[in-house]
Amino acid sequence: MKKSWLILVCFMMTHTTLLAAEDLTVKIGSKIHTEGVILGELMTHLVNHAGVKAIHLRELGGSQVLWKSLLRGDIDIYAEYTGTMTRELFAGRGLKTLDDIRGRLLQDNILMTKPLDFNSTYAISMKKSVAAKYGISKISDLRHYPFLKFGFGESFMARNDGWQSLRQTYQLPQTDVRGLQHDLSYQGLNNGAIDVINAYSTDGDIAYYDLLVLEDDLQHFPQYYPLFIYRADLQERMPKEVIKALQQLEGKISEAEMTQMNGRAKLDKVPENQIAADFLAEKLALNVDIPEENFWHRLYQLTIEHLFLVSISLFAAIVLSIPLGILAFKYSRLGQIILGIVGTIQTIPSLAILVFMIPLLGIGNSPAIAALFLYSLLPIVRNTYVGLYDISPQLRESAEALGLPPMARLRLVELPLAYRSILAGIKTSAIINIGTATLGALIGAGGYGQPILTGIRLDDISLILQGAIPAAVLALLAQGLFELAEIWIVPKGLQVKSR
Amino acid sequence: MLQLKNISKTYGSTMALKSIDLFIPEGKTTMMLGQSGSGKSTLIRIINGLIQPDYGGTVLFEGLPITRKNALTLRHKMGYVIQEGGLFPHFTAYQNIALMAHYLGWPTARIDKRVAELAQLTQLPMDMLSRFPTQLSGGQRQRVSLMRALVLEPDLLLLDEPLGALDPMIRSELQTDLKEIFQTLGKTVVIVTHDIGEAGFLGDLIILLRDGQIVQQGSLPELVHTPADPFVTQFINAQRSPLEALTGNPS
Repeated sequence: MKKSWLILVCFMMTHTTLLAAEDLTVKIGSKIHTEGVILGELMTHLVNHAGVKAIHLRELGGSQVLWKSLLRGDIDIYAEYTGTMTRELFAGRGLKTLDDIRGRLLQDNILMTKPLDFNSTYAISMKKSVAAKYGISKISDLRHYPFLKFGFGESFMARNDGWQSLRQTYQLPQTDVRGLQHDLSYQGLNNGAIDVINAYSTDGDIAYYDLLVLEDDLQHFPQYYPLFIYRADLQERMPKEVIKALQQLEGKISEAEMTQMNGRAKLDKVPENQIAADFLAEKLALNVDIPEENFWHRLYQLTIEHLFLVSISLFAAIVLSIPLGILAFKYSRLGQIILGIVGTIQTIPSLAILVFMIPLLGIGNSPAIAALFLYSLLPIVRNTYVGLYDISPQLRESAEALGLPPMARLRLVELPLAYRSILAGIKTSAIINIGTATLGALIGAGGYGQPILTGIRLDDISLILQGAIPAAVLALLAQGLFELAEIWIVPKGLQVKSR
Repeated sequence: MLQLKNISKTYGSTMALKSIDLFIPEGKTTMMLGQSGSGKSTLIRIINGLIQPDYGGTVLFEGLPITRKNALTLRHKMGYVIQEGGLFPHFTAYQNIALMAHYLGWPTARIDKRVAELAQLTQLPMDMLSRFPTQLSGGQRQRVSLMRALVLEPDLLLLDEPLGALDPMIRSELQTDLKEIFQTLGKTVVIVTHDIGEAGFLGDLIILLRDGQIVQQGSLPELVHTPADPFVTQFINAQRSPLEALTGNPS
């Protein structure tokens, strides 16, 4: 018993130092598409160059997640598009001009810069060969070909300015419409699995795959001019230079330049921070240092982030689950309820649990840890319960007949006899947890999921493996570690072979 | 010492014990004898409060009725040994024996002294004390189990089929040793057994049970010579002598 506490305390101590809050850092968020990440890198360089520390929380999700994170203060600033604000975030309020938007943002104590110049609107695109075959050049032409297969990014499927409204505007009859990861849709289009996708007009892929962008002949899509929106308190908390630095980009990025930057990232696999630095050097004659991306250093950081998520959530799960398992064993009626509840939690898809946590806990470590914690409960509760339940009736009677009170029986006899089973439960939880924690990157918690996420976005297998392999190795290490711990924790008498 | 009044025990619709009245004499060895299902094990569990009798029944231990509340502390005065010993596999023999003394806060020196005394009494070699139960023979395990039951110097010793799982040679050896130990201790002992030979060898008083009722109580000669019921003779004769196969007659 004492030993197991010791291990857990050690686990905790290695991590408490990481919890220190950093108030003097500008937290920059970015959406989960390449352009968003490049804009995020541009902001990061500019703020750093102004002498203020900036961190970039990349690939946090769609507009709703970023907007809510901004309101909560999980991030201080991110790049948003005018069309997204008028049609999605503040849909149905009749916002038209930049002043309308500015006024609406102010109600939430959010300020904005001027637009950066380019327009990154939705570009409904097809392969040229397919379009030529049916003679399609405008979106309204699609009306005559109900059999065409559409593949849209998940956010486009759900947004107010997305598929549903597009269908209404153009009265589109297609029924084979599926949601998929935006970056994968290009591949689907290329190999003929789908016929029509939603690209962004500044995607480098449009030129790369030689696609035809259909004319928006009914002017369904508004203008999507990106600009930086930030919390009003940023001005008070930070030196004035921060905002000034960001304003340098106002009106400075043309559509061609953005398309070229997107293409370099997606197709030439140039790191986004390099692309952003090159642009600043060329356009603003601003030389920023790019921190040397040492592979091992990066791996170390991802490992720390990943271990942080796993160990805190696992520790919390152990602290709660073992008592729950004991209660379940002692009171069978209550036990059915406990096992029922933790079992039900386990059936919720992990992705869904993570997303449910966002409204409650925002983005970053907290929601990821909470979700992983919930996920770690069942194996430990169940194994504690089973370990106690499986103790032979003779031994239980012996302990009782000696005149040991219930708590002493639990501490001296029942729990030690159940250690092996409890430990196996913790081991299972740890391994599941290490795998599931890769999803934490989706909500800004970092870890091994980050390179996986970026790898999917950039269609880069080697990047995906940079996250997947360490995660697998960590799981194996955890397995080995727990087997060693078993030798130490499980009482010797339960390990010796009988004569 | 120990008195049972109107003890019944019902499990669902079956009555395991039917209104038992019994007096267990002090300083003697009393054998509860019967077939399986006769209620003898239920009875011994009721004596140390592991099972509560039906309403209206009372067990008086040293003049005090055993209740749910006081059972825990009264058990410190009743050593208990079960078949296969019920030794805790995660403790060494020593830790098993010392568990309760340790729990009650005895100083280590006192515990060590007591364990050494008991090892001598039960003739357990001292080097066995550091072994785990799985590393001991069946006979050694029962000796350790007996030491554990005796460590707090109880007034009453309860043994539920203590030798049931042992092979005949060891069983016979241990029976001899137990008899000697009980004589040395002079304590009140209650043993549950289904073996009439064992009951006759160890017991001062034999209580024969059948279907939850006492058929007869007395010494072995009384049971043999003045059976209260044909079942008594039947029960005694049911045990085969090894010589039976040679002579063709029950011995």
